[in-house]
Amino acid sequence: MAKLHDTPMLDELEKGPWPSFVTDIKKLAEAGNEPCADLLGQLELSYKDKEGHWKHGGIVGVLGYGGGVIGRYSDVPELFPGVEHFHTLRVNQPASKFYKTERLREVMEIWDRRGSSMLNMHGSTGDMVLLGAFTEELEPIFAELTQKGWDLGGSGSALRTPSCCVGKARCEFACIDTQDICYNLTMEFQDEMHRPAWPYKFKFKVDGCPNCCVASLARSDCAIIGTWRDDIRIDQEKVAAYVNGEIAAHGGAHGQDDKLDIKADVIDLCPTGCMAYVDGKLEINNAECTRCMHCINVMPQALRPGLDKGASILIGAKAPILDGAQMGSLIIPFIKMEEPYDDFKEFVEKMWDWWDENGKNRERIGECIQRLGLSAFIEACDLDPIPQMVKEPRSNPYIFYKEDEVPGGFERDIADYRKKHAR
Amino acid sequence: MAEIVANKLTDIGPPKYDEMWPEVIKNNYGKWLYHDILEPGVMVHVSETGDKVWSLRCAATRLMTTMHLEAICKIADEFGDGFFRFTTRNNVEFIISDESKLEPLKKALADNGQLPLGGTGASITNIVHTQGWVHCHTPAIDASGVVKAVMDELFDYFNSHKLPAQVRISLACCLNMCGAVHCSDISILGVHRKPPVIEHSHLDKMCEIPTTIAACPTAAIKPSKVDDFKSVQVNADRCMFCGNCYTMCPAMPLADAEGDGIALWVGGKVSNSKHMPMFSKLAVPYIPNEPPRWPTTVETIKKIVEVYEGSAMKYERVGEWAQRIGWEKFFEKTGIEFSHHHIDDYRFAATTWRTSTQFKW
Repeated sequence: MAKLHDTPMLDELEKGPWPSFVTDIKKLAEAGNEPCADLLGQLELSYKDKEGHWKHGGIVGVLGYGGGVIGRYSDVPELFPGVEHFHTLRVNQPASKFYKTERLREVMEIWDRRGSSMLNMHGSTGDMVLLGAFTEELEPIFAELTQKGWDLGGSGSALRTPSCCVGKARCEFACIDTQDICYNLTMEFQDEMHRPAWPYKFKFKVDGCPNCCVASLARSDCAIIGTWRDDIRIDQEKVAAYVNGEIAAHGGAHGQDDKLDIKADVIDLCPTGCMAYVDGKLEINNAECTRCMHCINVMPQALRPGLDKGASILIGAKAPILDGAQMGSLIIPFIKMEEPYDDFKEFVEKMWDWWDENGKNRERIGECIQRLGLSAFIEACDLDPIPQMVKEPRSNPYIFYKEDEVPGGFERDIADYRKKHAR
Repeated sequence: MAEIVANKLTDIGPPKYDEMWPEVIKNNYGKWLYHDILEPGVMVHVSETGDKVWSLRCAATRLMTTMHLEAICKIADEFGDGFFRFTTRNNVEFIISDESKLEPLKKALADNGQLPLGGTGASITNIVHTQGWVHCHTPAIDASGVVKAVMDELFDYFNSHKLPAQVRISLACCLNMCGAVHCSDISILGVHRKPPVIEHSHLDKMCEIPTTIAACPTAAIKPSKVDDFKSVQVNADRCMFCGNCYTMCPAMPLADAEGDGIALWVGGKVSNSKHMPMFSKLAVPYIPNEPPRWPTTVETIKKIVEVYEGSAMKYERVGEWAQRIGWEKFFEKTGIEFSHHHIDDYRFAATTWRTSTQFKW
């Protein structure tokens, strides 16, 4: 029987209307689950000490893979033997995190029998995270998972498990098939995911539209973001219905009684000023539109993205470690992103070759581009520089010219110079 | 066990996505016309085929047990044909195609008690967060506990649509930022404030000294012999407590009860809507760790939300609001003290200094 620890501080977190993780874990602890009991005990100690109690790292894994398992040991195992080993397994989630309960129960059954019964649904990268196993259970867990059709995700200096928004499954804004792209890239690049071989991690995230619900633009080395090239589709009757207050604004995001003020809420908030409401009709100068999504967001029944759909590709986003936070930079303004995605994969291979060749240890591709220059990167990817890649042209005058760009090259004769210029 | 392990497969990938879809999603994939939020947490999506689905979005703890997950599965079996999903912000979503099941499902969720509806539209939805003291080895703070305390206080914003726009709160328990809080409306970030304490007697055994030195972004680490041990020294003036040395070298821990705490950041967003995506900016450099309910952090966040609610224009995100009124007004209105820590002194700092006579008193 698990030893239940006193947790006076954690018990305070059982109060209040938000779901309590303490109440949840306690129930299993009370049912005899030792890892759950000891996890609460160790967490209570951390609350008391104001310092965590997990040892740094730990090299564990499963044979054949270099990633997918993260080692974790308690630094107070004598007090909490149930969490002496508390290794994590990252399980590759189905795209958009849809689950059939029957399939999810396969994972839960293995985890109840061989692990702690604790999970993260989901980790920040997107994986289903099995939280807390002893070393000797890792191989059997992995074997049983794969027998049931579940694989591990990425960790370490590898391709991390790709993730995507809900996409076409339940969103009218999706311009690309986010789930298929996510699945296809995962299957294509499994080796890069399971066997770390790069300077550092690399993340793909797929957003169906510029609303960026999976934050691809802020946290993936390669953001694939759905967009369109032609005109926004307008249903003028529905525009009139919004203006007349017959449809709640913004899909009811401010309540069902909220009416749309076409001037204040749409025309005046358009960042490019490309819209006008004239004689009861909405006019859009599509050539000026930057596809920000605001008008479509607030009038989802009247406006829709165009039909010539594809994706924008932004490279280099990351959180601060090491060189400061970066957002992705627009590298490919538009690519069709149609199955089998060969043109995109060709770009990816070129990008990885360059980074693999030039990246320093623990240098994300965005930092490598910062260090060696955007021009060097786009050249390596066989892309032509275009104005869409920058917010504005440079304002400093220190331009690097290559020798072959200047007539006569860099070699000059000092004697010729001195014929015209005294020393 | 040997037999089990011998039978393992590799590189099979995740289950294919369409295996996890309810029938109505399969039939309407890519055919959705529009959506409507009927009440906080309840959406209806309408397809060009005429089909409709109702989605019920519920708060979830991210860190959960199989017992809780089984309860979710049972509800999905009874009402959602055995299917459900998680959102990118770790909410649970039940999707049903039969309107008559809507009220019974709402009742089942209420009876569960741990699955409150909300997180849609102009609300504060689930806080994306990291592991904290529950499972990470480098955290400065806990994660699940801080999130619980904050969301208890902001619960009225989770299950209502009363804000000017959506407010996205994220938490990362150290500067590694697994939670990627650098582009959130409000970010809770665990910070260390003391240089690493060095275990000279073990450093050479546990760490590669050149890699450790190379790991420091400010070149604050140099090789050194201490008490006859091959080790390193840290120039404290150059240390900005990122913890990267500890990641590379376990003999250089940073965690400290008095040193560690919370920094709050505001005004970031990832959406391209209206303004371009924005980074979060520093609001409060340091709040002490106050387990179990972090009252100062909770109160400060609540204050920011309330001032934003009362002052921002409709559709204006926190960052758009602060940019419009000016950051000097942000500090005045929220009552947050501005200090020298708010003035950037790291890379690209000059891009954040004011180079104009345009300012407000």
